[in-house]
Amino acid sequence: MIARAAIALALLLAASAAHAERLVVSLSNERIAVTSNYIGENLVLFGTVQPDAGKQMQGAYNLVVTVTGPHETLRTRRKQRMLGIFVNVDSREFVRVPSYLAILTDQPVAQIGAPEVLRRLQVGMDNFILTQRVGADFADTVSGDPFRTAFVRLKEQQHLYTQSATAVTFLTPTVFRASIPVPANAATGRYGVDVKLFGNGALVGRTATSFAVTKAGVEQYVVEASQDHGLLYGLATMSMALAIGWLASVAFRRD
Amino acid sequence: MQIYLPIADLPVNIFLVLGMGLAVGFISGMFGIGGGFLMTPLLIFIGIPPSVSVASVASHIAASSFTGALTYWRRRTIDVALALMLLSAGIVGTATGVWLFTLLRALDQLDLVIGVSYVVLLTTVGGLMINEALRAELRARSGGPATLRRPGSHNWVHGLPLKMRFKRSKIYVSAIPVWGIGFIIGFVGAIMGIGGGFLLVPMLIYFLRVPTATVIGTSMALTLITMASATVMHAATNHLVDAILALILMVGGVIGAQFGAHTGHKMRPERLRLMLGLLVFAVGVRFAYELVVPPDDLYSLRLIAP
Repeated sequence: MIARAAIALALLLAASAAHAERLVVSLSNERIAVTSNYIGENLVLFGTVQPDAGKQMQGAYNLVVTVTGPHETLRTRRKQRMLGIFVNVDSREFVRVPSYLAILTDQPVAQIGAPEVLRRLQVGMDNFILTQRVGADFADTVSGDPFRTAFVRLKEQQHLYTQSATAVTFLTPTVFRASIPVPANAATGRYGVDVKLFGNGALVGRTATSFAVTKAGVEQYVVEASQDHGLLYGLATMSMALAIGWLASVAFRRD
Repeated sequence: MQIYLPIADLPVNIFLVLGMGLAVGFISGMFGIGGGFLMTPLLIFIGIPPSVSVASVASHIAASSFTGALTYWRRRTIDVALALMLLSAGIVGTATGVWLFTLLRALDQLDLVIGVSYVVLLTTVGGLMINEALRAELRARSGGPATLRRPGSHNWVHGLPLKMRFKRSKIYVSAIPVWGIGFIIGFVGAIMGIGGGFLLVPMLIYFLRVPTATVIGTSMALTLITMASATVMHAATNHLVDAILALILMVGGVIGAQFGAHTGHKMRPERLRLMLGLLVFAVGVRFAYELVVPPDDLYSLRLIAP
């Protein structure tokens, strides 16, 4: 009994020792304003690792930054030739998956830790859980599933999903920076930034921050008007159309 | 110069969109059509979501058809009674079309139906127009009368009951084909996101024998009413009208339309109809090509819920 308690205590100490590193991070900008000349932005995440006082740093650190955008539900459809023309025949729904996903590391993911550690902590595109509706159930499939592969590929083509092994750089053994590419088509809303620190293949520190993508200025005004006062907005757009049509007929009048 | 579109949620090159407005406006002014069947596919091609394209093009067509309608109003070549009769059936057609649109979207077959209807409609109408225009051209060459329309000629349409007199157009026809045409235009417009001017004009001429003098003005007045109400409906229900996109398209469109109308007046009507026929046919073939040729990517994504 006492022996078991001692083992439990030892394990607990080991666990807390493994989490001893403190991570301090800061984003270059916590609010991206989408204005009329917005074409996307690159955010920079700066951070330092503060090892426990008096504790020896063992080996080099590895850092994994996972950025996730607002959730959305998407359907992936597959076309097939039927009677000579291409028709959507099969589809799979991806439920509440991030609209934006960036997995940024300083090393190729496979070199950061053991496969089961990476899978448990959802490190890497293949290990990130993308929930699909399978019949009445919700589950993620194996990473080689054709619908999952197609979904990730299409998202990557839109620059909304990205995985980079060079986006994080250690400036000194304890100071790092990561660049987060936010494309122009990224959804508005809150983005979560999850920072995981690995030492010798184990998770030794973890912290989180967030930033927001919001519309500003004219963009914000137009979106709010269209959402909150749809009918008025429609009437205003129609009046604008009639005014421009009338102006043109006056300006170019020949008869 | 890039400008971010608030509803479409992406940046576009302002000069590219302005140029597209000008080009489509030129064509619409030249042939007296709205040009939705060209503009909607063009916007989808540059990456604007189809739903936003359809909704925003409606306001663009409203602007250019208002310019045209004003000109025809001054010349007193709009048959208001005929336009209102077409409109009453058009509303029913639009409602049916919107219902089917929603159903097909849920079944993931909307793209297919839009594609197939573009192919069938555009190649048929384009083919008929080319055929008719070539015959007229040949007759003109051999010295015969240039017009196909013989005053007083009747077809089966004129045998139908419920006859009505349309004074401005000087025609006496049954209300049934008028409603039928109105329904088809409203239905097709809702499904395909087009005003339907290129369909309405030949149908009015061929089935109802509406004289050339009033046909374009009446068609434009109808297009104006349907597209203006479509703008308001799309904005109030789906919040999909992008006012910034619409503004750029409108400015380009109305300017282009003026130059187009000027060019169109200098050309012979048969030649004009032949060119429009070829254009309509070409767009139809383009859609057929897209359906038959294997796509670059067999997979596609569609947003279900944000």
